[in-house]
Amino acid sequence: MNDSTLERFYYDNKIVKYFGAATIIWGLVGMLVGLLAATQLFLPEANLGNPYTTFGRIRPLHTNAVIFAFVGNSIFAGVYYSMPRLLKTPMWNSTLSWFHFWGWQLIIVAAAITLPLGLTTSKEYAELEWPIDIAIALVWVAFGANMIGTLIKRRERHMYVAIWFYLGSLVTVAILHIVNSFELPVSFFKSYSAYAGVQDALVQWWYGHNAVAFFLTTPFLGMMYYFLPKAANRPVYSYKLSIIHFWSLIFLYMWAGPHHLLYTALPEWAQVLGTAFSVMLLAPSWGGMVNGLLTLRGAWDKVRVDPVLKFMVVAVTAYGMATFEGPLLSFKNVSAIAHYTDWIVAHVHIGGLGWNGFFTFGMLYWMWPRLFKTTIYSTKLANTHFWMGTLGIVFYALPLYVAALTQFLMLKEFNDAGRLAYPNFLETVIQIVPMYMLRAFGGLLYLSGAVVMMYNMWMTAKQGVFQETEEDQAPALAKSYHSTGEFWHRAWERKPIFFTILATVAIAIGGAVEIIPTILIKSNVPTITSVKPYTPLELEGRDLYIANGCVGCHSQMIRPFRSETERYGEYSKAGEFVYDRPFLWGSKRTGPDLHRVGGKYPDSWHYHHMVDPRSMSPGSLMPPYPWLTTNELDVSDLPAKIRTLQKLGVPYAEGFDQEATAQYEQQAAKVVANLKDAGVEVAANTEIIALIAYLQRLGTDIKQNPTASN
Amino acid sequence: MYKEILRSIENIEIYPIISLIIFLLFFVSMFIWVVKTPKSHIKHMESLPLDDNDSITLP
Repeated sequence: MNDSTLERFYYDNKIVKYFGAATIIWGLVGMLVGLLAATQLFLPEANLGNPYTTFGRIRPLHTNAVIFAFVGNSIFAGVYYSMPRLLKTPMWNSTLSWFHFWGWQLIIVAAAITLPLGLTTSKEYAELEWPIDIAIALVWVAFGANMIGTLIKRRERHMYVAIWFYLGSLVTVAILHIVNSFELPVSFFKSYSAYAGVQDALVQWWYGHNAVAFFLTTPFLGMMYYFLPKAANRPVYSYKLSIIHFWSLIFLYMWAGPHHLLYTALPEWAQVLGTAFSVMLLAPSWGGMVNGLLTLRGAWDKVRVDPVLKFMVVAVTAYGMATFEGPLLSFKNVSAIAHYTDWIVAHVHIGGLGWNGFFTFGMLYWMWPRLFKTTIYSTKLANTHFWMGTLGIVFYALPLYVAALTQFLMLKEFNDAGRLAYPNFLETVIQIVPMYMLRAFGGLLYLSGAVVMMYNMWMTAKQGVFQETEEDQAPALAKSYHSTGEFWHRAWERKPIFFTILATVAIAIGGAVEIIPTILIKSNVPTITSVKPYTPLELEGRDLYIANGCVGCHSQMIRPFRSETERYGEYSKAGEFVYDRPFLWGSKRTGPDLHRVGGKYPDSWHYHHMVDPRSMSPGSLMPPYPWLTTNELDVSDLPAKIRTLQKLGVPYAEGFDQEATAQYEQQAAKVVANLKDAGVEVAANTEIIALIAYLQRLGTDIKQNPTASN
Repeated sequence: MYKEILRSIENIEIYPIISLIIFLLFFVSMFIWVVKTPKSHIKHMESLPLDDNDSITLP
C-alpha cells in the first residue's frame, strides 16, 4: 500500500448503538407479547377480556415485532457496523441513516397500534395496511440508497461476501414487499388484496417463504461471514465455498414458496416445483452452515470460554437444524403431518429463537464492549443468559413436536366401525394443553435470559465510555485500475451495481416462473358457476373475521384426506375462493377448519358460542367474544367497499353499491329473526349478526350444485 | 387442468430446456471460476473482516 495516499475517515458508531438498543428493547417487547399469546393457548382468560389483547390480534403483533422490530433492527445494527468497515468508508449519508432509523421505529410503533385495533390485511408477515406498506417502501429505499452510495464511495475495491448477502437481501425484500402488497384501498385503514383466492395464496406464500429467506436468513448469513471470523479471530473456513453458497442459495430460494401450500387447492405443478426446489435448498444451506462451523477449526477451545462464540455456534447449529427440517417438511407426506399443527410453530422457533435470536445476542455481546471501549460487564451473566436461552429453546420446541404428533395421530385415527375415533376436534386440543404450558415455560425462560442480557448491556455501557466515531485510514481507490487477468466473479466483486443486477436476475427467475402463469392466466383457476360474491352482510362479517384474526387459529382449507373430509366435509376446490380477497386458508389449526361450517349449526349456536365458547364446547380454548353482541357495526363504508371490489373485478351488478346498505339490513333482519326464534334478542346493527351471516355462508356455495369440478 | 394452461403458451417446450441450460452454465462456470481463482486473491478477500484494529483497542 502506498502511504502517501492514505486518507483518514471516521466510522459512525452512534447509529449502530441506536439500532443495537432498538433490537434489545423491541426484542423484549416482541417476546413478551409472544408469551402472552402462548399463555392464552392454555388460559384463554389471559386475553385480559378485551379485543385488543386477544390472541387473534396479538399473534400478528408478536410475529411482526419479532421479525421486523427485533430481527430487523439487529440486521441494521450489523450492516451499519460491518459494511463501512469492510468498504473502508463511513456510510454514505448520515441523514439517510437517521431517516432509516427513525422511520423504521415509527413503522414499528404504527404496527403496534394498528394491529391490536384490528387494522390488518391478515396476510401473514404482511399484515400492515397500505399506508404503512408505503412507509416501509420509502424507508427501504433510503436504506438501499445509503448502501449503494457507500459502495460507490468505497476504498476497498472488492466486495467481501457479507456485502453480497446484504445486497441480495436488499433487492429481494424490496421486490417481495412490493409484489405482495398490491392492494386497492377502500379507506385509509382498509384495503382489499389485488389478488384473490388461489392467486393470493400463491403470492402470499411466495412472499412469506422468501421473507423468511431474505429477511431472516441471508442478512444473517452476511453477518455470520463478518462477525464469526471476527469473534474467532480467524478467516472464514472457505471463501470459495462462500461464493458457491451465495449464488446457489439465492438462485434456489425463490422457487420453494409453494411448499407452504401442499395438498391445498393450489395447482399441482406449483406444489411439485416447491417440493423439488426445497430439497435442493438443503445443499447451499448446509454449505453455509458447515462453512460457519469450520471457521472455528482450531478455535474450539475458545468456544468453551467465550459467550460470544457459544451463542454463535448454537445459532449456526440451529440454522443447520432448521434448514434440514425445512426440506423434510416440504415432502408431501411430512407436510401432511406438520401443516396446520404445532410442528411448524416449533420449526420456526428453532429458526427464530436459535438462529436469529442467538446470533443477535452473540453479535451484541461482541459489539457492545467495542462500542463502549470496555470489556463485557459480566461474562458470568452472559453465560447464564446462554444457558437460559438454550434451555428455553429446548422447552419451547420439544413439547410442540410431541403436541404435533399426538394431535396428528388422534386426528387420523379411525375406529373399527370406520368412523373417526375423535370426531370432536376439541378432544385433540385438550390432550395437548400440557404441552402448551411447557412451551410457555420455555418462552418465559428465553425471555428471562434476554432480560439478563439487557442488564448486562446496560452495565457494560455504564462502565465504558461511548466512542461516537472510530478513526480508520486507507488509501483512496486508484482511478485507473488494470484488471488484466481478472475475469468473471473477481471482476463482478468490484462492480457493485452490476453485481446487484445479476443477483436480482437470479432471484427474479424463480419468482417469475411461479407468479406469472398464475397471475396472467385467468383460466388457471377453474370457475364454479354456483360460487357467487359475498352479500353485503357477509362481506362485513368477513372483514370482521379478518379484523379479529380468526385466521390465526382456524383454517379454511379442507385437504383431500379421508380424515378431513369425514370431519369437515367435501374438500376445498380452487374455484370456491375466487371472491376471497384476501384468501383466508390459514396456516395453523388451534381450532377446527371452518371452510364448511356454513349451515352446520343454527345461528343461535354461533351466538352462544361467541359469547361463551365453553357453553357450547366445554373445555374450549377459544376466547369469549361477548363484545361482538354489543359493538355496533359501522357500515358507512359499505358502498365504497363494493365499488373497490367491483374495480378488482368482482361481478356485483352496476349500481349495487347504492343498494348494498338496504340489502345488508334485509339480510340482517333475517338473522335477527332466526335468533329471536331461538330466544336471543340482539340488535340488527351489531357485529355478531354480520359474523354469523358470514360463517353460515362459508363453503355452502358448492352444496347447491354438487357437480363442481377442480 | 394445468396442462391446458401450459399448452396455451406458445413454444412452451423450450422453457424447461432454456432454464436447464441457464442453470447448468451458471453453476459450471462458477465452479470453474472458483477453482481457477488465484490463492492470493482469496487470501486478500477472506482477510477483509480481520483488517480492522477494533480488537486492539480493548484494554
